[in-house]
Amino acid sequence: MGVNQPLGDSFITASLDGLVNWARKSSIWPMTFGLACCAIEMMATGASHHDLDRFGIIFRASPRQSDCIIIAGTVTKKMLPVIKTVYEQMPEPKWVVALGACACSGGIFDTYSVVQGIDEALPVDVYIPGCPPRPEALLYGLIKLQEKIMKDKNSFGSTIGFGERLESAA
Amino acid sequence: MASTEIMTVNMGPQHPSTHGVLRLVVELDGEVIQKITPHIGYLHRGVEKLSEHRTYHQTIPLTDRLDYLSPMNNNFGYVLAVEKLLGIEVPERAQTLRVILSELTRLKSHLVWLACHALDIGAMTVFIYAFREREMVMSLYEKISGARMTSSYFRVGGLATDVYDGFEKDVREIIDTFPGHFDTYEGLLTKNTIWLNRTVGNGVISYEDAVDYGITGPALRGSGVDWDLRRDNPYSGYEKYQFKVPVGEKCDTFDRYKVRLVEMREAVKIIRQALDSLKPGPVLADAPQVTYPPKESVYNTIEGLIHHFKIASEGFPVPEGEVYQSVEAPKGELGYYIVSDGGTKPYRMRIRPPSFVNLGAIEKMSKGSMIADLVAVIGTLDIVLGEIDR
Amino acid sequence: MAETNRAVIKLREKFAASVLDVKEFRGEVTVTVKREDIVAICDYLKSGLEYNLCTDVTAVDYLGKQEPRFMMVYNLYSIPNKDRLRVKAGVPENDCTIDTVSCVWNSANWLEREVYDLMGVQFNNHPDLRRILMTDDWVGHPLRKDYPVQGPGREPYKGRLS
Repeated sequence: MGVNQPLGDSFITASLDGLVNWARKSSIWPMTFGLACCAIEMMATGASHHDLDRFGIIFRASPRQSDCIIIAGTVTKKMLPVIKTVYEQMPEPKWVVALGACACSGGIFDTYSVVQGIDEALPVDVYIPGCPPRPEALLYGLIKLQEKIMKDKNSFGSTIGFGERLESAA
Repeated sequence: MASTEIMTVNMGPQHPSTHGVLRLVVELDGEVIQKITPHIGYLHRGVEKLSEHRTYHQTIPLTDRLDYLSPMNNNFGYVLAVEKLLGIEVPERAQTLRVILSELTRLKSHLVWLACHALDIGAMTVFIYAFREREMVMSLYEKISGARMTSSYFRVGGLATDVYDGFEKDVREIIDTFPGHFDTYEGLLTKNTIWLNRTVGNGVISYEDAVDYGITGPALRGSGVDWDLRRDNPYSGYEKYQFKVPVGEKCDTFDRYKVRLVEMREAVKIIRQALDSLKPGPVLADAPQVTYPPKESVYNTIEGLIHHFKIASEGFPVPEGEVYQSVEAPKGELGYYIVSDGGTKPYRMRIRPPSFVNLGAIEKMSKGSMIADLVAVIGTLDIVLGEIDR
Repeated sequence: MAETNRAVIKLREKFAASVLDVKEFRGEVTVTVKREDIVAICDYLKSGLEYNLCTDVTAVDYLGKQEPRFMMVYNLYSIPNKDRLRVKAGVPENDCTIDTVSCVWNSANWLEREVYDLMGVQFNNHPDLRRILMTDDWVGHPLRKDYPVQGPGREPYKGRLS
């Protein structure tokens, strides 16, 4: 393949980290956390026209079985403890995607009951702006999340118990 | 010796079958529901309070986000209320286009209702098919206004801009192909034994109870009440179109399903009649203190620029008074009660959400039935939490 | 036209002392009544004049503009006769209570809970008066005019909106 193959043509060498990261990015299972209008665009992305299943993304209803949470919609102060409980129930490794202007920074609702951005409470990995963002924007954001996962270091080591997983900053 | 006690189960706010962030605390005796306490407010964004600090035009995008499945209908009710306060007359082409877009929105909303209701009961194919159809309407929205969902296309006095050149062709393509798709859905569901078992006799509410609990829209028509705002209190030229108002008999979930399917077909008929009667003309009322000037004069003359700047920055004053205007949204009667004190911002804007009042009847509809039927009742009431919580 | 409205004629006959004001604006008739007789008037409107659908129950805060401070607004609709009526009742700030009409129409139950939550008007004999949209431990009534739109703990927005 143009790469120097020291062991001949039947072997491909890669890193163990790369293998684990590739497996993780190809099967991101988000939890259904649609709150408001952005949830409808998330459903439309999952439907047949723009398909999410071809990326390995299946929506799971239970937080214990998912590894990504897509906060789609406005976060209110009444809903914030619920989101924190659900986030804590998710097993490591987990990622957070803030979908839409309301989840990124409060959106057009600068009022008494709206949390101005979910990053007040959760560590967000990808911000997807828009009101609501197009399905293509959500797909682009998820692909950016996949690129971020590929840059993780020591993912194999952390799964077998040696050291921590090092996430990339961007 | 077996002893029974009441078990309290919490459903939501994060739940795949509650359509949004609704929390139901259900008290069960085995599987039979004894009491339901809905808890709402998880999406309360303060739209009514926020609108007191925005001009009348700036409130239009806020109304889009209420019932986010049928955004143009929310805009419709709001601009009709403000036009009533101002006392201005909308040109005929704008009225016809508003009717076409409002009925397309009704199709859009009922397709989501059908998809989610069927998905909750177990039919996933209908979800995939309905969302495919919905993409056609969404791409039409995008060509008209620039946004797929929250379009904010209506303005006080008419529409933002005239429709593009291929509009009529695209709408005809939709209304020619959709009745075939409706036949597919009926073929999948109406005579399906599983569907009939889960919906017939489920969620029954009688005529008197439905009116007493303030239920409106298809849920009321499913209980035998023959009332449709488009026919009985017509607005924006609806009196010119012939359409049937479907009424159910047995007041259960299956009848409400049939009512909404017939409503979808009648919406296609209304669009066809409106499209045939569409004539060229202006789309904004002749009221310069309220409407924006055309873009050519804004970009080329100083008077147009000043006019546009004044309306965009300050807003327009509205005479003192109060008005209540309601439209037939896909969920029921969506009403706007606007109180004006003579300024450029609404003094009080009250939104009468149909889903809020419909949800108040959920205990009456599902007490004594099994918990699995509760999911069907939520689906048939067709609630949208954005509207309930505002 | 307001004086020829069938509801206004009958109300002036039966409850002449309670009807404070009758107005007509853009084709809609508004009757302002005393808050003590609201249940009797609503009961008569439902059973005698067939206003069987209580469309909306809400309140408006006229802080500083007029006394009484709060105005309860009831929008009613009659399905057999296809006409609308608006009934208003003033509620002063120092005695912020009014009788509930949920015994007349069940739809008023949740609508009055929302008025209690957002405006702070107490309803006598309401079957279940608690907060509905805000959290149970929320302090204050957000829709009042003296409540800041961004909430009490934040600095108000200093830029221009319009």
